[in-house]
Amino acid sequence: MTRSTSRATLLMLGDGRLPSGGYAHSGGLEQAIRQGWVTDVSDLKDFLRGRLHTTGLMNAAFAVSARRLLGENHATAEVGDRPADTTVDEKLGNEIAQSLADLDAELCARTPAPALRTTGEWLGTLMLRSMQRIHPHPLLENLPKGLQQPLVYGAIGRALGLGAAETAAVVLHEAVTGPATAAVKLMSIDPFQAHGAILCLGEELDVAAEAAADYELTPARDLPALSSPLSDFAAEMHVKDHVRLFAS
Amino acid sequence: MSTGKRALRLGIAGPVGTGKSSSIANICTALAQEFRIGVITNDIYTDEDARFLKAAGVLPDERIRAVETGACPHTAIRDDVSMNLLAVEALEEDFDPLDIVLIESGGDNLTATFSPALVDAQLFVLDVAGGGDVARKGGPGIGRADLLIINKIDLGRTSMSTSISCSRTRRRHARAGPCSESPARSPKPLTHWPIGSARSTPVSSKVITPRSTPARWPRTSTPRKKAKAICTPMPKVEKPTSTELSR
Repeated sequence: MTRSTSRATLLMLGDGRLPSGGYAHSGGLEQAIRQGWVTDVSDLKDFLRGRLHTTGLMNAAFAVSARRLLGENHATAEVGDRPADTTVDEKLGNEIAQSLADLDAELCARTPAPALRTTGEWLGTLMLRSMQRIHPHPLLENLPKGLQQPLVYGAIGRALGLGAAETAAVVLHEAVTGPATAAVKLMSIDPFQAHGAILCLGEELDVAAEAAADYELTPARDLPALSSPLSDFAAEMHVKDHVRLFAS
Repeated sequence: MSTGKRALRLGIAGPVGTGKSSSIANICTALAQEFRIGVITNDIYTDEDARFLKAAGVLPDERIRAVETGACPHTAIRDDVSMNLLAVEALEEDFDPLDIVLIESGGDNLTATFSPALVDAQLFVLDVAGGGDVARKGGPGIGRADLLIINKIDLGRTSMSTSISCSRTRRRHARAGPCSESPARSPKPLTHWPIGSARSTPVSSKVITPRSTPARWPRTSTPRKKAKAICTPMPKVEKPTSTELSR
């Protein structure tokens, strides 16, 4: 269900100024630059495209799946208000909580680098904490702690009444804008070209969001496993790199 | 079970090497017997400050936590305080009730200020070795500080900065208020300030007292007090010999 307010909601969620700690992370770009894998704007575009079609799409699919798990009943909340529907569970049902835990385990299984799992949990915690204050909602209040960030995005999408593709779009947007904005701090690059790289990916981002939405009914075990081995290695190397600008 | 109260939150900012961690260590050493204190350190890419404080043994290790802020130490205290808020709240929850939480900013420039959403009051630490420009240029860090600490004043006689005197700083920056120089090495003026700061908050009826839990400190913006300044000398170190210098 796409709400009339979803455009404004989407812009708010996708705004880099949303206070959720994301600015401290480069999505693996810093280490990729250090290793010489990314040296110019052309490489940056490739890096972003790769991230979009691997980690980005996988995370988006998991967000869509989490949103689905949290049920249509929770979509009754008015943006900015407490939900009018008092039948919304005060506590998430055990069944849903267990399904979320299983989904989280599936995502962790697809994220072989411990550093990335730690980062995903930390960013999920930060995002949840921020959104709990921005938009108080029983669903967010009762969400289990320590979920990976994509699952938190799924819950936020549900709490804010976003559709599956819109929820996926937010995750994909975050996957490319984080590294793109980090690039200007890390490499000699025209900052406008860095944002141009995001715009170039516009169509692919939209298509990927639709593709991720198609996984809505897919069982957790069959969700895509699209990690990229170099990113996994880079994440582990980054943790041991003691002169770094970004936490990941 | 949470007491539903939160600690007094004090921010400590200032350029690298001016003595933020040492000031925190002094505060903890002097007050740890009286108050339940926790510390959050911010570092760009390490947990060095947290390790320094743990090594100093001023608090139980578990009450000192590091937050890695990435390339923007000022963002973490001023613009997007979510990481620090989460860290403070987790610390308060784990050691409920805490009386004071000290939040050390990563070493940053003269524009480093804490968001009032994160702290109740803030200290800004300078040293005279930074040169006279620091005091002359001022900036939000100095201007918005509730307490200005000027460290290593004994180096002022030999360093390029002939004097970053409290009085000059006070005159130059509208918000800077009365200041006191403390020629002795005693950190007393510094360690007494948090207590004074707590007492001068609008909820003064809930005076912070030994082993008591402070009231829920107001987060609303209050009329800015005039900043005080404290000057402390450099800790005594062995002077290098001429042969060492020539190496």
